[in-house]
Amino acid sequence: MAVELLTLLFNGLAYGVLLFLMAIGLSVTMGMMNFVNLAHGAFAMLGGYLGISLTTRAGVPFLAALPLVFVAVGAVGAGIEVTLYRRFYRSPQLTHVLFTIGLTFMAVAGATYVWGSQIAAMRVPDWLIGQTMFLGLQVGSYRLFLLLVGGAIALALVFGLERTRFGAMVRATVDNRRMAQSLGIDVGRVFSLTFALGSGLAGLGGALAVNFLGGIQPAFPLGYLLVYFLIVVTVGGLGSTLGALAAALLLGLADAAAKFYAPVIASFAIYLVMVVLLMWRPHGILGRR
Amino acid sequence: MIRRAAFATASVLALGLSLVGARADSPPIRIGFIVDLSGEFADYGTEILNAAKLYLAQHGGAIAGRKIEIDAKDTGGPNPEVAKRLAQELIVNDKVDLLAGFTLTPEALAVAPLATEAKKPMVIMNAATSIVTEKSPYIVRFSFTLGEIASVLAKWAAENGIKKVYTLVSDYGPGVNAEGAFKKYFTLAGGTIAGSDRSPLKGPEFAPFMQRVKDAKPDALFVFVPSGDQGVAVTKAYQDSGLAGAGIKMIATGDITDEAVIDQLGDAAVGLVTAFHYSDTHPSEANKEYVKAFQAAYGSKLRPDFMSVGGYDGMHGIYDALVRLNGNADPDQALEILRREKFESPRGPFWVDPDTRDAVNTVYIRKVERQGGRLVNTEFKAYPDTKDPDKTK
Amino acid sequence: MESIAPGAGFERRSRLRAGEVLLWLAIAAAPLYVPGHLVLASQILITALFALSLDLLLGYGGMISLGHAAYFGTGAYTAGLLAQHGWSEPISGLVAAMLVAAALGFAASFVIVRLSGVALLMVTLGLGLLLFELANALADITGGSDGLQGVEIAPLLGLFGFDMVGRTGFVYAYLVALGAFALVRRIVHSPFGLSLQGYRENPARMAQIGAPMAARLRLVNTISAGLAGLAGGLLAQTTQFVGLDALGFERSAEVVIILILGGGGRLYGGLVGALVFMIGRDVLSEANPEYWYFWLGLILVLVVLFMPQGILGGGAALLVRLRGRAALGEAAR
Repeated sequence: MAVELLTLLFNGLAYGVLLFLMAIGLSVTMGMMNFVNLAHGAFAMLGGYLGISLTTRAGVPFLAALPLVFVAVGAVGAGIEVTLYRRFYRSPQLTHVLFTIGLTFMAVAGATYVWGSQIAAMRVPDWLIGQTMFLGLQVGSYRLFLLLVGGAIALALVFGLERTRFGAMVRATVDNRRMAQSLGIDVGRVFSLTFALGSGLAGLGGALAVNFLGGIQPAFPLGYLLVYFLIVVTVGGLGSTLGALAAALLLGLADAAAKFYAPVIASFAIYLVMVVLLMWRPHGILGRR
Repeated sequence: MIRRAAFATASVLALGLSLVGARADSPPIRIGFIVDLSGEFADYGTEILNAAKLYLAQHGGAIAGRKIEIDAKDTGGPNPEVAKRLAQELIVNDKVDLLAGFTLTPEALAVAPLATEAKKPMVIMNAATSIVTEKSPYIVRFSFTLGEIASVLAKWAAENGIKKVYTLVSDYGPGVNAEGAFKKYFTLAGGTIAGSDRSPLKGPEFAPFMQRVKDAKPDALFVFVPSGDQGVAVTKAYQDSGLAGAGIKMIATGDITDEAVIDQLGDAAVGLVTAFHYSDTHPSEANKEYVKAFQAAYGSKLRPDFMSVGGYDGMHGIYDALVRLNGNADPDQALEILRREKFESPRGPFWVDPDTRDAVNTVYIRKVERQGGRLVNTEFKAYPDTKDPDKTK
Repeated sequence: MESIAPGAGFERRSRLRAGEVLLWLAIAAAPLYVPGHLVLASQILITALFALSLDLLLGYGGMISLGHAAYFGTGAYTAGLLAQHGWSEPISGLVAAMLVAAALGFAASFVIVRLSGVALLMVTLGLGLLLFELANALADITGGSDGLQGVEIAPLLGLFGFDMVGRTGFVYAYLVALGAFALVRRIVHSPFGLSLQGYRENPARMAQIGAPMAARLRLVNTISAGLAGLAGGLLAQTTQFVGLDALGFERSAEVVIILILGGGGRLYGGLVGALVFMIGRDVLSEANPEYWYFWLGLILVLVVLFMPQGILGGGAALLVRLRGRAALGEAAR
């Protein structure tokens, strides 16, 4: 009985961490920078495809490919920020919607052109396949790996954004751009770097997710996961890393519980939890304001 | 890139062949294809269209001096209203002689009344829900139905010492079909159903279902999910949940081990038993030639799968009907020929049941094996002449 | 706004303009110049009507919704189910579609008026998805993912059957859309409509001057839902089929895109957006079935870059520049 419950708990948390890893980049670009970045899924897809290409074609080991993906997608994000996104920070959010959906459409066609319309999957090392013994439980190895990576990233982000000078600069810039500028902060550079961070995280999340999702294909950024990303970020509270983590874990657990105890309502569970939570706390679990 | 270049070659070939036979004054025979070429199901539609074009290229694109033209439209679906509009435009504006393609069931169902009204034969190359053929007397299906596949797998399981099965299917039309057929025929053959779950159509998480299965302690888990990422995800979840270690086998319809995705499954899939009507390693001359031609046209990395064979055989039927009518595409005569088609397909013997206008397949039980650098579905038992068991008309 | 007597400005704005009459005449003449594309023309009108319903809520009322397909789909299933069960008379079926969707909108409005911003966006999205899953779960009634079949519609007024070329369907959709636009036109120029725009610009101010905004927002959500249901019912009747996609997230997102593309807060924003988006998609997917997403995306990005207020906004700005008269900035409203 206890084993059953713990296994369920573990699986729910692992799925939650997966959602966290995929959504955390959006928490940075949309939550912190206030940019409704519906192209988040396109950056995640790019990360996924790059990860696949690096590991299967270029023969880069899986663990080495991950930081490479983070840097590469971050660089792409920075490039797009400087040329395009930057013009729209002061535009209404509906303009963001149209612009980023346009970019996503282009990315979908671009991915079809480069990688074809078939699904592509990631080959992970053997030690990440099958089951591992963890605290007396038989658990999926890749799930355990996701939990560890997710925890590390959450810690790094919370520390990096709350406790460092750069983090303070980011928060100052978002809160009051003009004041930050007059304090001598290079606002443009801070935004570029933040956006690069968000994109890099999106890419990393994408690369980590492929093996769990089963594979990716060009329609990925327009699919149901976009909804999940938005749910995690808003239920957590815009701009809150811990909030996003809490929301993602909660959703993962709710999904696992529904599927295990009441499969009939499994397809409703995540949406129900979201609606109830947002009715209760419109600014999210850990939202400011 | 390779795909495109190779496709261009195939097209040029088709064009060249058709020019030889075509006279300038005869109007072309036009076939309107309604398929998904963009969006989530782009891969399905692309395989179907590629294979149909391949058939034409191989057989010369003209009959009795009339060139055969494929007019392909993308629904980007599931998008029934777009499918219906495209069908209407194909019939009214482009004056097509036949409709073909139909990746997804709702799109086929939306178009069905138009086929009846316009009296156009409608050749289904995938759309595998049982009811499709009942919706218009002009529909002829060249693919398969999930009832066929699941009922055979149920019989095989019962014959091979599997007594208790848990079923897990995607919660939508085809999943319900598969579940219904499997349960019915497995119980009829003396087996018991340990439990049945339907998983949400979207979402990658199957672990909690696997845990339910483990608790129910069946001999086997029967799975149907649509071909694609969910197939890979469910296989991984089976592996990561330790069901194999608990002595629970996984059996499935061949959607999961579709040749287009099987290599993505990795070694997780080795030993997996599935039932299906097509494997690209089906040991016959017809299939060897088909695979060779397909890869010559579209690149050696692409493997023809059940989608492609539906497109190829559907085109085979259409072409045969047109040849026999000597290039005269009279809809009712064409329909009469189409519903009596019987030929050696790359999948094996194939025929259409004249009463139901539905596909009759040899359904094979296969096992995933590693062969060279790739995974294949090796057939080891055949159930010839399998019809959709619950088809009434 | 710089007019000295604001009332005069409002009156001037609400006057029927020649351009509008010409536009509707041009649409009515579609059978003359695109006789082979009347089904597309009807579907554009239906989408325009759907976008108009969202415009009332989002463009005028400032309330974002990412679940508007819930009402569209409710209308579609209402009309479809009525016809499937033998009630094949189209006009009463359409009225029923509108009423059922409006009732749902009224019920939902009690939740919706309590929220704003991102929470509103996500709750409407969530409610829409819940309804979608419900329709999938109730496959015995809705047909689930296979769709609702056997929808047969009797001839319009007992005289005009729904033909394959789509003539009846077009005239029907045209008349309904024309009526709906006339209605919304009246609404947005009425004091009620003006107070909505006031809410959009400054919700706190409207509360301070004592406007009963909660009741008005409930009303506008109900009307908007009814119009969306009308659009859905029209689609169900002219297509004689209802798929689950009528309730889908994609449809909700698409109508938002269409409205912003055309220009929100303008009566014809949705119509222009629907024209550009749907004709663009048709032409592009015909020319380039595998990669048309790229070109459509490029159009959206270019519109954002060069016409940040949407196509109509961009057009209006261009007019202002051409004529050099700032007063015309409001012309397109």
